[in-house]
Amino acid sequence: MNSMNRVLGGPATAYFPADIAAERQGLGEPVKPLSAAQDTALGLDGISLSFGGVVALDNIDLAVRRGEIRAIIGPNGAGKSSLINIISGVYRPDRGRITIGADRFTSVPTQKLARLGIARTFQNLALFKGLSVIDNVISGRAYKVRSTFLAQVLGLSGSRREEADARGRAARILEFLNLNHVSNRLAGTLPYGLQKRVELARALVAEPAILLLDEPMAGMTASEKAEMAEFILAANREYNTTIVLIEHDIGVVMELSDRIAVLDYGRKIADGTPEEIRADQGVIDAYLGVAAENIDGGGI
Amino acid sequence: MTVATFEASAPFHIPRWLAPFVVLSFAYIAVPFIGTNYLFEAILLPFLALSLAGVGLNILTGYAGQVSLGSAAFLAVGAFAAYNFNLRIEGLPLIGSIILSGFVAAAIGIVFGLPSLRLKGFYLAVSTLAAQFFVQWALTKFSWFSNDSASGVIDAPSLSIAGIAFNGAVGRYIFSLTIVSLLTFFAYRLVSSQTGRNFIAVRDNETAARIIGVPVLKTKLIAFAISSFIIGVAGVLWAFTYLRTVEPAGFNLDRSFQILFIIILGGLASIRGAFFGAALLVVSPLILSRLGSFLFGDLFNSGVLDMSQRIVLGALIILFLILEPDGLVSLWDRIRKRSVARLNKRKHVGRAAQPTQ
Amino acid sequence: MSGFDWQFFVEVLIGGLLSGVMYSLVAIGFVLIYKTSGVLNFAQGAMLLFAALTFVSLVERGVPFALALIITFAVMVVIGIAIERVVLRPLTNRSPMTLFMATLGLSYILEGAAQLIWGTQVHGLDLGIDDVPFEVGGVLISQFDLFAAAIAAALVLFLSVFFRYTRVGLAFRAVADDQFAALAVGLRLPRIWATVWAVAGLVALVAGLLWGARLGVQFSLSLVVLKALPVLVLGGFDSIPGAIVGGLLIGATEKLAEVYIGEYFGGGTESWFAYVVALAFLLIRPSGIFGQKLVERV
Ligand SMILES: Nc1ncnc2c1ncn2[C@@H]1O[C@H](COP(=O)(O)OP(=O)(O)OP(=O)(O)O)[C@@H](O)[C@H]1O
Ligand SMILES: [Mg+2]
Repeated sequence: MNSMNRVLGGPATAYFPADIAAERQGLGEPVKPLSAAQDTALGLDGISLSFGGVVALDNIDLAVRRGEIRAIIGPNGAGKSSLINIISGVYRPDRGRITIGADRFTSVPTQKLARLGIARTFQNLALFKGLSVIDNVISGRAYKVRSTFLAQVLGLSGSRREEADARGRAARILEFLNLNHVSNRLAGTLPYGLQKRVELARALVAEPAILLLDEPMAGMTASEKAEMAEFILAANREYNTTIVLIEHDIGVVMELSDRIAVLDYGRKIADGTPEEIRADQGVIDAYLGVAAENIDGGGI
Repeated sequence: MTVATFEASAPFHIPRWLAPFVVLSFAYIAVPFIGTNYLFEAILLPFLALSLAGVGLNILTGYAGQVSLGSAAFLAVGAFAAYNFNLRIEGLPLIGSIILSGFVAAAIGIVFGLPSLRLKGFYLAVSTLAAQFFVQWALTKFSWFSNDSASGVIDAPSLSIAGIAFNGAVGRYIFSLTIVSLLTFFAYRLVSSQTGRNFIAVRDNETAARIIGVPVLKTKLIAFAISSFIIGVAGVLWAFTYLRTVEPAGFNLDRSFQILFIIILGGLASIRGAFFGAALLVVSPLILSRLGSFLFGDLFNSGVLDMSQRIVLGALIILFLILEPDGLVSLWDRIRKRSVARLNKRKHVGRAAQPTQ
Repeated sequence: MSGFDWQFFVEVLIGGLLSGVMYSLVAIGFVLIYKTSGVLNFAQGAMLLFAALTFVSLVERGVPFALALIITFAVMVVIGIAIERVVLRPLTNRSPMTLFMATLGLSYILEGAAQLIWGTQVHGLDLGIDDVPFEVGGVLISQFDLFAAAIAAALVLFLSVFFRYTRVGLAFRAVADDQFAALAVGLRLPRIWATVWAVAGLVALVAGLLWGARLGVQFSLSLVVLKALPVLVLGGFDSIPGAIVGGLLIGATEKLAEVYIGEYFGGGTESWFAYVVALAFLLIRPSGIFGQKLVERV
């Protein structure tokens, strides 16, 4: 908790999304001007993807500005995960282009993703169950490793330096995310909520410019969610990380994000600030109708 | 005062280097003196060679998650390569032949590991059988490999390094023990390095590994190469220190399964596991044959012995998979932990019982 | 093209296709189990050996042919169900590789038990079919191979009907499609698995008799699995049509290669040739003959 307090300057009690929002206002948010001239960290142009007969994504355009928290929402099966999978190169789109920084791709080379400055978490846990928590997080630095296996086995100084550096960073991230008490446990043995957090740690340790989070709070308790929201916000502010966030909890999304894109049946039906989305009749009809009371109630 | 000591006394703790140190000291100093010829020839020499093969396979299958059913092929490659290097290159020291044979095995391992770049799971496991059958066929078919001997039989050369001969049972044991220790240490360092973490990452979640920047293809090929190198050297030990005379038919599918069983029984993804598994696999048939002839007398002939060995081995595999999926190692660790806990308790009880001073 | 002996080529091809049917037969036993329980049952070969050995031994002890067949079938059903109960059920939810290794252990038990009970000597098995080749349009065809192919075809037909029109069959297909959904709609998986293992026992029996009649009933019969594995790799572990076409393909190429290019390799290539064919094919088309391209869900 300590480092979090330092970051947010708040009390040691758990944050709830509403508190975070209040605090953001207190800090004078939003600090990011909404000018179109602001450079995009990530862009999708006319992305389409289908599986057999199922159209997962239909001609999607999406721009993510540097430093913003960009939420993608929509009902189950809307194509949110597919979008992130396309950005991370796991799926290859049928049509369209992906722009990452200055590079344009028709499909993103997954093995270069980390070097392009992108890290992600997964909707379904994708930790390395057989590695300890700290080793999972150290693995997040794998893209930086230069030493050969022989140098590592022989313990040559270059590889030792690399190892110490990665271990140090991993330890700091674990502390930042309040995970140091489990750092030597096997990742697969942790409770679900903590595993989700370890996944965030593994992504953060790479110091990505862009962080893709696929339902980071799914299946969490209210207090776990609040804590996770804090971490996401802190990552965004402390490291100026651009964040693409998929989340079903509308309350959290409304509080955290700068802009929201809404998908339904693979099409983008709305895109705008939380206020605009809240007021959008199409969104309410397609999606928010059910969740409306959550918004009015100020989160779940 | 007593209370303070009680609080402060660190729990009984075994440093990590202690166990290998004790085992190695015992193996180098005590065993050569107390061991009988039977112990070396029938137990320790096959145990060492198979343990090393298990270490090699464990790197590939236990750590990197690539199931191989063709380990015996690499044992054979190692044995025949070392034989040929030794035979054909004038003046090459024995240790040179052994290292080179490891490299040959590694190269062939990379070739047969190439399908792993596209195939997964059972498809890959089945494709490793290609190595098994192809190598056995080639060694039998082309008599060049065995210097034109009948049915591909090769004889071990005299074992000497720097003028010191290791041809007696004890000598071969020391020779084998040294190589096994060195390669095991290498393997241990490897699996605890970044490359070792990459192995497990690729095994546990290949997609996630690729996304965080683990070089997946390279990692797989490194696993194939190192695993084959180690298994190849194990093959040299098998042929040169244990059997002394081998033929390609001895490196059959059953041998491959034997090595796979070693790591299942001992514990996947554990270096120690290979030694536990090999011990069980080498010793249990001996016990079984003693027990069988004791219980059933002459009825228990060699055919019956063979068959019951198969049954017992099969049953062991299934039992372990169901009851102790992490193998003997985890059983051992549990027992050790429990006895250490008991020791600590006794220590504390002993302290607490002392009069206050 | 004048130098090429087409008649001989066709003869070799037909011989290869017919022996391919025998491969398919073994492969189908695998597919049945793989489709329902996700287990690559390495013990299929041992089951085949067990069935053949039991049958021959019974016949040799004077049991009438039909009765021996029934008894053996009963034994195989019992074994199949026992495997499901004792070995696989405790391993539910474990990785496919673990299950595979368990069946490896199982094959050791079955091979050992079969020979412990019935002895290790080689038995001849006469199904009463003369192996005199007969001629069709100048092409010689083995009568036995044709008979074996007919039996195999009949079995495949029987299985298709069984799985298409019976309740168990429908349940089987549901399970094969989606285990969780099947479970959700209240299908009783253990009963289906038991049935499937019993059917696998039947397939093992038929294949065991045919292969036993050809090779003699002996330990090496269990190695027939090694012939089926490349077929499975080629056709896909979960496709019955794949198993059939894969078997034919491998049977044919293997025979053709043996006859036409075998000499360049010095012969004896049949131990690995099928694997190389299957591998080469997979490297070009990773999803096999019939498999559609699946994108791994993340
Ligand atoms: N690998 C795949 N193979 C086949 N179909 C897929 C695959 N991945 C996604 N789909 C299909 O594409 C559509 C969009 O799926 P996606 O996972 O992107 O939805 P989502 O918005 O993330 O839903 P959820 O909120 O449930 O996570 C769904 O119909 C899904 O079934
Ligand atoms: Mg999703």
